Amino acid sequence: MSVTSNEGIIIYRDVHKWYGDFHALRGITFTMQKGEVIVICGPSGSGKSTCIRTINRLEEHQRGQIIVDGVELTNDLRNIDTIRREVGMVFQQFNLFPHLRVLQNVALAPFWVLKMKKSKAEEIAIQLLERVGIPEQAQKYPAQLSGGQQQRVAIARALAMTPKIMLFDEPTSALDPEMIKEVLDVMKELARSGMTMIVVTHEMGFAREVANRIVFFDFGQLIEENTPEEFFHNPQHERTKLFLSQILDY
Amino acid sequence: MLSEKITSSHSIPFWRDIRVLRVIGQVLFLLIIAAGIWWLLNNLQMNLKTAGLNIGFRFLKNTAGFPISEGLRYNPTDVNAYAFWVGIVNTIRVAVIGIVLATVIGIVVGVARLSSNWLVKKLAGIYVEVIRNIPLLVQLFFWYFAVMLTALPLVGDSIRLPGSIHLTRRGVYIPWATATESFSTWMFYVIGGLALAIIVYVLRRTQLKRAERPGFPIAWAGMVFILIAFAGWFLTSGNPLALTVPVLKKFNFTGGLWLSTSFTALLMGLSVYTGAFIAEIVRAGILAVSKGQIEAAKAVGLKRAQVLRLVVMPQALRVIIPPLTSQYLNLTKNSSLAILIGYYDLMNVGTTIFNQTGRAVEMILLIMASYLTMSLLTSLLMNYYNRRMKLVER
Repeated sequence: MSVTSNEGIIIYRDVHKWYGDFHALRGITFTMQKGEVIVICGPSGSGKSTCIRTINRLEEHQRGQIIVDGVELTNDLRNIDTIRREVGMVFQQFNLFPHLRVLQNVALAPFWVLKMKKSKAEEIAIQLLERVGIPEQAQKYPAQLSGGQQQRVAIARALAMTPKIMLFDEPTSALDPEMIKEVLDVMKELARSGMTMIVVTHEMGFAREVANRIVFFDFGQLIEENTPEEFFHNPQHERTKLFLSQILDY
Repeated sequence: MLSEKITSSHSIPFWRDIRVLRVIGQVLFLLIIAAGIWWLLNNLQMNLKTAGLNIGFRFLKNTAGFPISEGLRYNPTDVNAYAFWVGIVNTIRVAVIGIVLATVIGIVVGVARLSSNWLVKKLAGIYVEVIRNIPLLVQLFFWYFAVMLTALPLVGDSIRLPGSIHLTRRGVYIPWATATESFSTWMFYVIGGLALAIIVYVLRRTQLKRAERPGFPIAWAGMVFILIAFAGWFLTSGNPLALTVPVLKKFNFTGGLWLSTSFTALLMGLSVYTGAFIAEIVRAGILAVSKGQIEAAKAVGLKRAQVLRLVVMPQALRVIIPPLTSQYLNLTKNSSLAILIGYYDLMNVGTTIFNQTGRAVEMILLIMASYLTMSLLTSLLMNYYNRRMKLVER
């Protein structure tokens, strides 16, 4: 089902999700424009990860409407496939395929999903590995790389499908401190190139520098959304103020 | 000053030198083993001498003299060696079919245990827990005495399953294809088709490789083979294979294939029992692939079948194959329980020969050697497969 999408590349209208009795998302409504970078933050268990995982249907929503680039997410497999082809995702735990080399990890989807020639797919993979700064690791297996390198491979793997939107689900939370910067640098470069990005993260420095908007979640609700300037210096809600005071004290 | 105190490697006395101690340990171990074997053999020889016996295999050439009611064509006037061979073939028959059946059961039940359907999941769970916790011998007796010899009707009013399968107290009768005169003509097409299929496979594979496209050359080859085999079937005058269906004549069925009560009970018992263990192995293998792997595969846009084939299976098989090999070996070795429900496997025939000839040592050696050979061949095959699966990884 196609819907006119002048209003935004991602549209959430009163989206609800339950895990059994637990009401994980309680009526999320927001719109995102092409080329925007949105950072979602909030305490753990607030539904921020669940929210971005509904965008490519890794989680189902039970009520409301989600429209991604003019395609509504329903139970129609074709819509889901279409959206997954246009939305790249990077996970907290990298989730690289351990039985494939780094190059194959990146070239897998273009070869099997986009039916690209193998040499073409690998050429693209090499280019992307150069873009994330690790072309020399192409022939290694994921387990032989450091966490930061693995996450950069994961970004390259997602980019290989030339997605219109990139989702980042706490991309630096599983990394050693000195590796966080190398991953954030890649993400910054990506944002500057005009990629539409939603990033769930606790890296407030990154949010301040890169985000167009910051969205604050708590108890499955979207409490506040604002520009970084306003969000950090003039938060509107008590809950936001409390959250900021707790994470910015250090 | 301090450096003078550091003792150099030259001055290590041998009783403290790890390298020397290691060698001494190995030599000692070897000596103990050799002494043990020598003692056992010596003992055996002495005891055989006092009993007036000597080891020899000439008795294998004597007439067997006892009947074997199923398997290869056999006569009581045949020699012991041939009787033993009939037993070996019977063991291989039940083991091979049993392994195939157990694998099918195991995969179906293993996957069912992970199903999101509550009823399917529970039923599969109950199957595994019940079957796994009852001794195999008890189950074999159940299949043989309770199912085959009691629950099933007499030959006269057999239970008919669709496809002319008859279940009776005397065994199971199934339709079977037998070759006719034109079979060899048809075989010509079959072999020709196979050859052509291999050529198509190689050509298609090189073509795909040159075009650098994904695809399944094996599917093309299969299609070619089936097409030619079918064409050959219609081009050959007269059907090359005749399907004979079991038909009740007076007191018994004629035509079709007869599976004895013992064979059916043993096959069912072994497959159902081993299938429960394989189900657990399959379940563990699939669970060993983390949820994140499946999510990542979906997120890059792979279709459901591709997720399974490109991401889940390669990782699950690595975990499944080694314990699966053990189950195959277990099934083969457990088939020796056949003796207790009267199936003429190699254990049954072997012990009959030793009861009749008194050649216990020789027969036990032969039986052990036979099982060992079969098991080692199975291991060899499975290890080769395992290595191939591993090579893909690192």
